[in-house]
Amino acid sequence: MSEHDHDHGHDHPHAPITNGDEPAAAPRVRALEELLVEKGVIAREDVRARIDWLVSRSPGDGARLVARAWVDPAFKARLLEDARAAALELGLDPGPSPVVVGVENTADVHHMVVCTLCSCYPRALLGPPPDWYKSLPYRSRAVSDPRGVLSEFGVELDDDVEVRVLDSTADIRYLVIPRRPDGSDGMTEEELASLVTRDSMIGVAEPAAPAPVG
Amino acid sequence: MRYRVGQRVRVAARRHEGHHRTPGYVKGKSGSIERVHASFTNPETRAYGSDGLPSQTLYLVGFAQRDLWPEYRGRPSDRISVDVFEHWLEEAE
Amino acid sequence: MHDRGGWPTEARIDRSEHELADWELMMDAIVGALGGRGLMNVDELRRGIESMPANAYEQASYYERWLYSVESILAEKGVLAAGELDKRIGR
Repeated sequence: MSEHDHDHGHDHPHAPITNGDEPAAAPRVRALEELLVEKGVIAREDVRARIDWLVSRSPGDGARLVARAWVDPAFKARLLEDARAAALELGLDPGPSPVVVGVENTADVHHMVVCTLCSCYPRALLGPPPDWYKSLPYRSRAVSDPRGVLSEFGVELDDDVEVRVLDSTADIRYLVIPRRPDGSDGMTEEELASLVTRDSMIGVAEPAAPAPVG
Repeated sequence: MRYRVGQRVRVAARRHEGHHRTPGYVKGKSGSIERVHASFTNPETRAYGSDGLPSQTLYLVGFAQRDLWPEYRGRPSDRISVDVFEHWLEEAE
Repeated sequence: MHDRGGWPTEARIDRSEHELADWELMMDAIVGALGGRGLMNVDELRRGIESMPANAYEQASYYERWLYSVESILAEKGVLAAGELDKRIGR
């Protein structure tokens, strides 16, 4: 009656082992998983649970942190100090090990995040990183030509704004707290969260503008 | 913890053939400590199956963009901050 | 090769995105599961990726790099025998 009654040796989903447009890696990964499960090296339930966790991650969690920070300065201070603890405070799952630190965009400083060595990213709070974040041109140019990259993404900064790039090379993950948009006074925390886009928390976009009233 | 916030440091210019997390573009460059994060296992040994102990203090080190890229096109005040482990840092004069 | 910061390139950033395919999610989960069993850590994963020949690295997609790394690290640890995975997929 429980899942454990199944014979897992014969219970894998009978999906086609290859399909037309797939790269060669696709069937190879499925075969790897089968082999490792058969050997008892990993458990299929564990693999499935991890897939479920990964697909459940979304920028909505990060957006809730930002929205709370916009309305609650004390919370913002905690988010800047230790985003992991701040996430737990809101009942969000900050994920396994790495430490998450919030950085705040202001009228004077604009932060953007990159990982030049691989693709470190606060995915527990933002979901899996977009393809471009992992791409070689972004990893190359974000550090040496951040203003060019920002402009390509549609962010034009005033000349007196300092650009501050964060290269997350080690155990720390960075989450940008974008500037609260003008015209968002009086919005509820939930409405504010809907303005906070994934890209604004990477620092390559501004939050969405509030819909005009009326 | 050997360095404090605000202190000037230089990233070692040494070559390191194995796995390490210090980007080439800051090697040999000077910056200042912006934040002392915490201690973490050492990726240079952990990448080869050890437990990564003793752990190493990790710092956020800020550099002026103009010190890193001779042809940098942005503002003079633009900065880049990189996480660097303590054993890659030296005191800068 | 993996250390990309400041590489001279004017290449525009391709901003098209794709949803992770089932095999990509599975690859990610396998690495997590191996980590949970103490069989492979993130630093080993990265070392394995960095050991790719430059050409292969540049052409591979993100999770293709992970696959390459997991195969080589597990072979190194004796978890996978040489050719075992090839045999399994009938090559």
